[in-house]
Amino acid sequence: MALIQEQSRPGRRAVAQAPAGPVRLEGIPAAMRRQAPPALPEVSEMQVVRHYTRLSQKNFSIDTQFYPLGSCTMKYNPRGANELAMLPGFLGRHPEAPDGHSQGFLACMHDLQEILREVTGMCAVSLSPMAGAQGEFAGVAMIRAYHRSRGDDARQEILVPDAAHGTNPASAVMCGYRVREIPTGDDGDIDLEALQAVLGPHTAGIMLTNPSTLGVFERHIGDIAGMVHDAGGLLYYDGANLNAILGKVRPGDMGFDVIHMNLHKTFSTPHGGGGPGAGPVGVSERLEPFLPLPLVVREGEEYRWLTEEDRPHSIGRLSAFAGNAGVLLRAYVYARMLGREGMSRVADYSTLNANYMLKRLQEAGFDPAYPDRRATHEFIVTLRRQARELGVNTMDFAKRLLDFGFHAPTTYFPLLVPECLLIEPTETEDKATLDAFVAAMARIQEEAEREPDKVKGAPWSLPVRRLDDVRAARELDLAWRPHSS
Amino acid sequence: MPFIPHTEEEVREMLEAIGVQAIDDLFDEIPEELRCGGLEAVPTGMSEMEVGQLMHRRARQDGHAACFIGAGAYDHHVPAAVWQLATRGEFYTAYTPYQAEASQGTLQLLYEYQSMMTALTAMDVSNASLYDGASALAEAVLMAVRANRKSKSRRVLLPRSLHPAYRRVVHTIVHNQDIELVELPFDSSGGHTDPALLASYAGQDFAALVIPQPNFFGVLEEVDALTDWAHANGALAIAVVNPVALAVLKPPGEWGRAGVDICCGDGQPLGAPLSSGGPYFGFLCCRQSHVRQMPGRIIGRTLDLDGNTGYSLTLQAREQHIRRSKATSNICTNQGLMVTAATIHMALLGGEGLARVAGACHENTAGLVRRLCAIPGVEPLFDRPVFHERALRLPVPVKGVLRSLAAHNLLGGLDLSRDYPELGDAILVCATEKRTDEEMTAFAEKLERVIGLQGGAPCQLQPKEW
Repeated sequence: MALIQEQSRPGRRAVAQAPAGPVRLEGIPAAMRRQAPPALPEVSEMQVVRHYTRLSQKNFSIDTQFYPLGSCTMKYNPRGANELAMLPGFLGRHPEAPDGHSQGFLACMHDLQEILREVTGMCAVSLSPMAGAQGEFAGVAMIRAYHRSRGDDARQEILVPDAAHGTNPASAVMCGYRVREIPTGDDGDIDLEALQAVLGPHTAGIMLTNPSTLGVFERHIGDIAGMVHDAGGLLYYDGANLNAILGKVRPGDMGFDVIHMNLHKTFSTPHGGGGPGAGPVGVSERLEPFLPLPLVVREGEEYRWLTEEDRPHSIGRLSAFAGNAGVLLRAYVYARMLGREGMSRVADYSTLNANYMLKRLQEAGFDPAYPDRRATHEFIVTLRRQARELGVNTMDFAKRLLDFGFHAPTTYFPLLVPECLLIEPTETEDKATLDAFVAAMARIQEEAEREPDKVKGAPWSLPVRRLDDVRAARELDLAWRPHSS
Repeated sequence: MPFIPHTEEEVREMLEAIGVQAIDDLFDEIPEELRCGGLEAVPTGMSEMEVGQLMHRRARQDGHAACFIGAGAYDHHVPAAVWQLATRGEFYTAYTPYQAEASQGTLQLLYEYQSMMTALTAMDVSNASLYDGASALAEAVLMAVRANRKSKSRRVLLPRSLHPAYRRVVHTIVHNQDIELVELPFDSSGGHTDPALLASYAGQDFAALVIPQPNFFGVLEEVDALTDWAHANGALAIAVVNPVALAVLKPPGEWGRAGVDICCGDGQPLGAPLSSGGPYFGFLCCRQSHVRQMPGRIIGRTLDLDGNTGYSLTLQAREQHIRRSKATSNICTNQGLMVTAATIHMALLGGEGLARVAGACHENTAGLVRRLCAIPGVEPLFDRPVFHERALRLPVPVKGVLRSLAAHNLLGGLDLSRDYPELGDAILVCATEKRTDEEMTAFAEKLERVIGLQGGAPCQLQPKEW
């Protein structure tokens, strides 16, 4: 499809959308001005609407396809949450509006802080991080601030399991820490002996996801918390998989000192083709003074922002204003619709769906990575055997699934399971959809046995076939320029 | 059950297939002593109608004041098509486009976005977004320290005329990596960073100089001289710009003799409503030679197996999911949907439309400032040219004035004393293209009355010129 730039014709405008000209810039010296307007597309309003409508139709999305992307919690994003977060009173509120003009918004933020505090079992919550990775940054920065405040400057190392999300080690490094990986045992739990061997006065903390990215619950979490705390370190909870345990077990009760949540996962705010998300952080009592700003506090019937004057030990601010407020409003609406009784249902039905799918896939001949373990809200299937025996690998299965109208599960992550598919159905999918996905997998298995090229060449029915990523990286073409195509 | 489709019969069938009695049996690997109670502090569930009533009430509560605050968030018109298209489910509920074949819509749109941003900034390449302008600047600072081969320094010059929140965020994000931020004072009469003053920093080693245009006071900096100074002193030049202003101002790629090395800013003025400060998006552009030091996602155009054009995420070896602890940044999720809106917004307005928005804001603010400065005791703080904001001195304490104006549903600018106590009683005002003549008249009248009541200069009856 032609780029919007290629549809441009000099002199065409969507006139209704701009103020009447001419452009007068009397106060701006000529030397500071641009010589000619920037070369943006010159197209009509209808061209724009048609072009982007058609582009949208080239996407897979939750609204159009089953999207069992492990570790990403692609569940239904309620339309009501979108509509209510986009009420004019919320959209029109300036971030610097005085508290007197902000009580409605602040009340929502305060309520959300309280709900998240309760579901995570933490002492206090800050909503300001704008995505999971920024929540991680904030969490590790708080760990660092805590040790520093005690003069405990020798703690320079953060421990991360080999199955962790890539953001974990990257966030630790951004906070100035060294990262040491710890191995996972054959049963999917952390190798406790290996952990004990690396703990010491240099340990600042450990970053864990529980359930882990292997799709199993870390059964020794109590022991791990004890060991790390005894060594003087703190425990960080990566909330990517919070959906699995909502209302069942709380990170605070497991002994974690700091956590982030991904509201674009667990609280059903949209992924938007890559964001925006929201990554609120929760902390235990000893980390509360370091929470990132701003925070909302209720004093009597009034709400107000807490600032640097109230929280002199805060790690500071992570955004110019108060984070992704619109995302937080969507999460708030979702949380209110679920309510107390709806929280544990999320864990119930996402876990039911995952275990059911795992069972059906096993029956269809697929190998679970951890056959002796209970699946959580997600699980791993390894296609090691298919790759070895049939020469058809995980990427081939993933691409062929697209032809069947299913978004592929997460592929080749976690890195320690070869040829893996990490599958997360979520609670909002019905049994028939899960059955259809399993049937498609079985069918692809048959194809792989009888006509492997059909699988290896997939996808066949999408707007493009497999793309040449090597060419993309080698002959960089990152922007259209007039005469470039 | 909200958003859960299972019938009782299906649940029974599924449990039977799994081979357990009840759903709760599936949690048997969680130690019993860790199981939590009933989440008493969470309210019970509401229907969409009930939560709708609550949210309507709260949204109404915050009113619809006439907003004369800018300070990094600007109240521009957003065409109806922008959010009607951006909230289409295919954009709204898609994930990051890792499966390129199933994400060509988002990927082509992001490639178009990158193309628009390079046109706007006159830079070589753009990434696909960061969180917001402030965190984008923090990433730009980290990137400059990595990319500057001439300098071993971890010191970066940051002007005091830069948005105070940006300075705070940069500090939060970079200080754990032992990067030192050195503050450059601003000229007290111009409100800008005087290039002559930089002479005293010459000969010291800096990784980068940050150049805001316009700066926090709305004042236009001498960007050519500042860029050339940075390059002459072995530092990279980082521009922090307003994308709407770029429709009429010299783009960073053309500043000085060589153009800046990195350019960033907040994309909010391109289609994002004020919405309490977010979600907005940060943009980041750079020269081709620095592209491998860039954080965040980048989309490239390539070919598929049949030789047809397609788009995919590229240079992923920079990113955390591949490079882990050695990545250029920890960023994963960015602000994709805001970029979707911005791309549609820019396509609708075009270069000429965006220039008209910029021109209308410039004129509106100039007109507002003329009216306000007709009030005795109110005067501009700085004498240099501005884009669409201006700092004004008031003859009475600011807090009471702003409170009184707010009571009349007027957000009469930002109190500068919070971040710049040295400026005394001063406010920063902005009038975008959306502010009407009536609103500006009301602002001037109320301000004059409030100042009079607060015992400022006596309220004089004088014919209005404007």
